[in-house]
Amino acid sequence: MSKELIRLTDCVMAFDDEVVLDKINLSIKDKEFLTLLGPSGCGKTTTLRIIGGFQTPTSGDVLFDGVRINSVPPHKRTINTVFQKYALFPHLNVYENIAFGLRIPKADAAGKKVKLAEEEIDRRVMEMLEIVNLKGFEKRRTSQLSGGQQQRVAIARALVNRPKVLLLDEPLGALDLKLRKDMQNELKRIQKAMEITFIYVTHDQEEALAMSDTVVVMDGGRIQQIGSPEDIYNEPKNAFVADFIGESNIIDGIMRSDGLVEIFNRRFQCLDGGFGKDEVVDVVIRPEDVDIVPEDQGQLKGTVTSVTFKGMQYDIIVDFYGFKWLIQTTDLSPVGSRIGIKIDPDGIHVMKKSEYSGLFGDYSSYSEEYEEISDASCGPEEEDSGDEE
Amino acid sequence: MRNKLSWFAVPYVVWMAVIVVIPILIMVVYAFTAGGSGGGGLQITAENFTGMSVYASVFLRSFRLALIATLICLLIGYPVSYWMAHEGPGFQRVAMALIMLPMWMNFLLRTYSWMSILENNGLLNQLFQNIGVIALYNQIAPFFVDIRNVFAAHFGGAQIGFVPIEHFQMINTPGAVVLGMVYNYLPFMILPIYSVIVKLDHSLLEAARDLGADRRLVFRKVIFPLSLPGVLSGVTMVFVPSVSTFAISRLLGGGTQMMLGDLIEQQFLGGAYDPHLGAAISMVMMVIVVVCMVVMNHFGEGEEQAVIL
Repeated sequence: MSKELIRLTDCVMAFDDEVVLDKINLSIKDKEFLTLLGPSGCGKTTTLRIIGGFQTPTSGDVLFDGVRINSVPPHKRTINTVFQKYALFPHLNVYENIAFGLRIPKADAAGKKVKLAEEEIDRRVMEMLEIVNLKGFEKRRTSQLSGGQQQRVAIARALVNRPKVLLLDEPLGALDLKLRKDMQNELKRIQKAMEITFIYVTHDQEEALAMSDTVVVMDGGRIQQIGSPEDIYNEPKNAFVADFIGESNIIDGIMRSDGLVEIFNRRFQCLDGGFGKDEVVDVVIRPEDVDIVPEDQGQLKGTVTSVTFKGMQYDIIVDFYGFKWLIQTTDLSPVGSRIGIKIDPDGIHVMKKSEYSGLFGDYSSYSEEYEEISDASCGPEEEDSGDEE
Repeated sequence: MRNKLSWFAVPYVVWMAVIVVIPILIMVVYAFTAGGSGGGGLQITAENFTGMSVYASVFLRSFRLALIATLICLLIGYPVSYWMAHEGPGFQRVAMALIMLPMWMNFLLRTYSWMSILENNGLLNQLFQNIGVIALYNQIAPFFVDIRNVFAAHFGGAQIGFVPIEHFQMINTPGAVVLGMVYNYLPFMILPIYSVIVKLDHSLLEAARDLGADRRLVFRKVIFPLSLPGVLSGVTMVFVPSVSTFAISRLLGGGTQMMLGDLIEQQFLGGAYDPHLGAAISMVMMVIVVVCMVVMNHFGEGEEQAVIL
């Protein structure tokens, strides 16, 4: 990863006293794939619009290559956007949509407005059509294209201007699951090939983990955690991140000493340390990190209360002393059976208490729609129920 | 007719046949026949059309005045629509009410009011008299007449004298007729353009800015092309009634500005009674209207068509 390209410093965005962004600090490196991830209303789209120039932060600075660009209008930024609903021009065909940016005279080094030659425009549009696999579609009207094709026109229209940064605002939200998976790979491939920075907004945690170099988890107008997908998943900073990224059982615990945490009055080995002695903490245990063993060998003993077949595995809900856990297992344990569980030290992750403690991680209200519940009103799109490891 | 409910449409279909289709057929029959009143029955003929060249000047005047009125409506209507669409919703409601308000008054009444404003002894002339505009004109105009006469002497034109005026001649001029058209039909230009612009997807404008277009280019390359269906629909809705009007030309033109509408009216109700010729002229006008609609639909193809309907 190379040098820093964009920096947001203490960015605040407020509409009529309602604070949408609360002192965002973010550094984006050149050529990286960065994802802003969070539920709707978390401020991720606002952050994107600030970078794109469609909104000016109430306070704070936006730096691009070290230059402050707070009030530079969108048409003077070397940044292009793929809009949520594509925003293709209905009066232009595919070719003219892609050529739109190229036909606008640009100021050259001497400040004189120059137009691109028609041959150059044609060459670049054709090259773009090749990249997004839309050769032969140039004369089509955009209304005659499928959602996936419109999506690719929108990407081509932005990329043909050779921006330093491409902003993507939930670009795959309107596509069906299969197409979305294909487009994820496609986008990743295009980003590698064109060697530019992608800033991607989504509420789909799986999409974020699959595509990104860096994930920025946001909620309530604040950044909750910045890190690689592995960091975010394995070392969530608080209960919100743990719950939003994948499935998590979040249990109150007490840190007895470095590497030793107490849950339900039993002590478990763990790899975390650096907490105060007897500090009350949140403990995250991922459903796939729990091993089911015969009851008498278990570190904890509980009763299976619900079983859901998920194809690759069973999702079972187990009642431990009134607290319900989600456990993913390939072996069927029927409802009502008593089981024991074992957790390896690396399956236990300890977090400091936060404002989100106690809000997430209990599966007592578990239902078939638990993904939607945990994704907190993300809109009508059907959610992928993945987290298969 | 699969649906039982479709039987409810029967009265409407009958109504349409009686009120729309049959009259048009009668008109076609009349247009292609002659005689009748003098005995000997109807004869099929195209004379009604071939003899129409006599009225070429009326056709030309109708189209010229209607075109000028349409152009003025467009020049006023487009900026007004654009400005309205970019104001707040409260402003838009008030502006819309103000535009619609005159239309709730009787059309003839409105036109009569213009008569009393433009008359030789009307409100405007009285105002000009009182604030001295007419006296000022009588002082200044002779100089221009003199200058003109100097040129005329040089290039061999006729000399003219200056006669002081007592009032400006506003009523009974082509200008008064155009003013009446613009005043009466301007809302029909504003409404379709406004409704197209106000519905424009804001993200399209953002996309254009994102791709490097400044405000001027966003207008030229996105807003204007996308508002064309509204413009075309407005042009038709102003042009068609303007070209066929007879009340405006009668009241504000005072018979000096005869238009197609007057001509047709005379054939049916006036002294020049000849319903066959009247029907033929009406048919020619109808063809023009249909051509307008076809052109409009050709440009406005796509979702914007809803606006036209």
